[in-house]
Amino acid sequence: MTEAIWTTLKLATLTTVLLLAIATPLAWRLARGRGVWRDVVGALVALPLVLPPTVLGFYLLLGFAPGSPVMAPLAAFGVTSLAFTFEGLVLGSVIYSLPFAVQPLRNAFEAMGDAPLEAAAMSRAGPLDAFFTIALPMARRSYLSAAVLVFAHTVGEFGVVLMIGGAIPGRTDVVSVKMYELVESSRSAEAHLLAAGLVLFSFAALLCVYIFDRRAVREVR
Amino acid sequence: MSAAHLDMDVSGDAYGRRFAFACRLPLSGVTVITGPSGAGKSTLLRCLAGLSRLPGRIRVGEEAWQEGRLFVPPHAREVGFVFQDTRLWPHMTVRETLNYATRRARRTPRLSETETIGLLGLAPLLDRGATQLSGGEQQRVAIGRAILSQPLLLLLDEPTAGLDRAHRGEMLSLIGRLTGVLDTPVLYVTHDAVDAVRLADRRIEVADGRIINVSLDLPADPLEGLSADARDSLARAALAAGLPPA
Repeated sequence: MTEAIWTTLKLATLTTVLLLAIATPLAWRLARGRGVWRDVVGALVALPLVLPPTVLGFYLLLGFAPGSPVMAPLAAFGVTSLAFTFEGLVLGSVIYSLPFAVQPLRNAFEAMGDAPLEAAAMSRAGPLDAFFTIALPMARRSYLSAAVLVFAHTVGEFGVVLMIGGAIPGRTDVVSVKMYELVESSRSAEAHLLAAGLVLFSFAALLCVYIFDRRAVREVR
Repeated sequence: MSAAHLDMDVSGDAYGRRFAFACRLPLSGVTVITGPSGAGKSTLLRCLAGLSRLPGRIRVGEEAWQEGRLFVPPHAREVGFVFQDTRLWPHMTVRETLNYATRRARRTPRLSETETIGLLGLAPLLDRGATQLSGGEQQRVAIGRAILSQPLLLLLDEPTAGLDRAHRGEMLSLIGRLTGVLDTPVLYVTHDAVDAVRLADRRIEVADGRIINVSLDLPADPLEGLSADARDSLARAALAAGLPPA
């Protein structure tokens, strides 16, 4: 069980770090861009919210299989398949949790508007300078709530992990799947422990998000 | 060689309406831009700053800011901009805000940070955040930030608009003192006739998205050409300030 917890923490941490980096430019463009593309990309990013995780897992499995169009260019680097690997799990989690990172950041960037950035430009700050010195610190609480949401959501994912992970102990066996196995094999004492732990963790995470969110909106406006 | 000039000739559609701004002004003293609300005064300043873009050309002295396909981005234009809504950054103290501008200034200071802080009376506010300041205090910090960016051109967009009557007078004399100390040319947007007369070396009138009049040399009698209402409010302001009413 500790092995599964360790794998889960590793997966959630890596996913969170990667997603914040990926979601930043995406949320920025979604908040500032205009036109049809913004809506198309916005809908694509939100897709994991409404799709059954099994559908996402199905396509990921197809994509991760040896010889698939996704894997073909990676074969040159010696990577032939990502299915049932930890790396594949990370990639799947990044896609699955994308909306949870993008949405809070997009909201923060939209709420701050152009005004503080125009003021920065009038103090000779170029766009990148202004982003790192004005936009990023102004959105810091939204970053915090995005990080907590992504982390918690990754810990809680089940369908995608089941499809593409394969529950290989020490590599792709995470707590949500472990839970399922424990119940299946009637190890109810361990199941109770893990379940209660997850409930407590998830509640604490959500509480943090609500507290950050309220302050974030107040600060950015 | 004649003194440097600001040359502007831009026109086009923005915000769903038509604008056309053409003028040539000496780069010195205070130019007051007046006109009714919604006439396009702020848009005129935003075009100069590069925050809005209308086709045409803008030259400041020897420098072209906009010409043909050339469009110098706002952060490279060396303008100071005091926004009507101050736009102080909520995550910085007054000291950090002023340092932000000082660090990024491209020219040697005319007024040092210490002098600016003294002149604007900012010393007691330095460790406060933007959200802990009154309207007048915020505006003074915004002016300090604009001055410390060492601009070639200082643009003020109705800096007294959000203030009550008493503070407005204070702010005006402050701006008057500043323009005396700085030799930076100032463009000052206002819809207040009193402001116009007290500060102006020349005046631009804007109406319906275009410049309708440029008075390069204001009459020796500053009251000439003012309406009876404007004269009255001027006289009242003078009395309130303890001056003889003209």
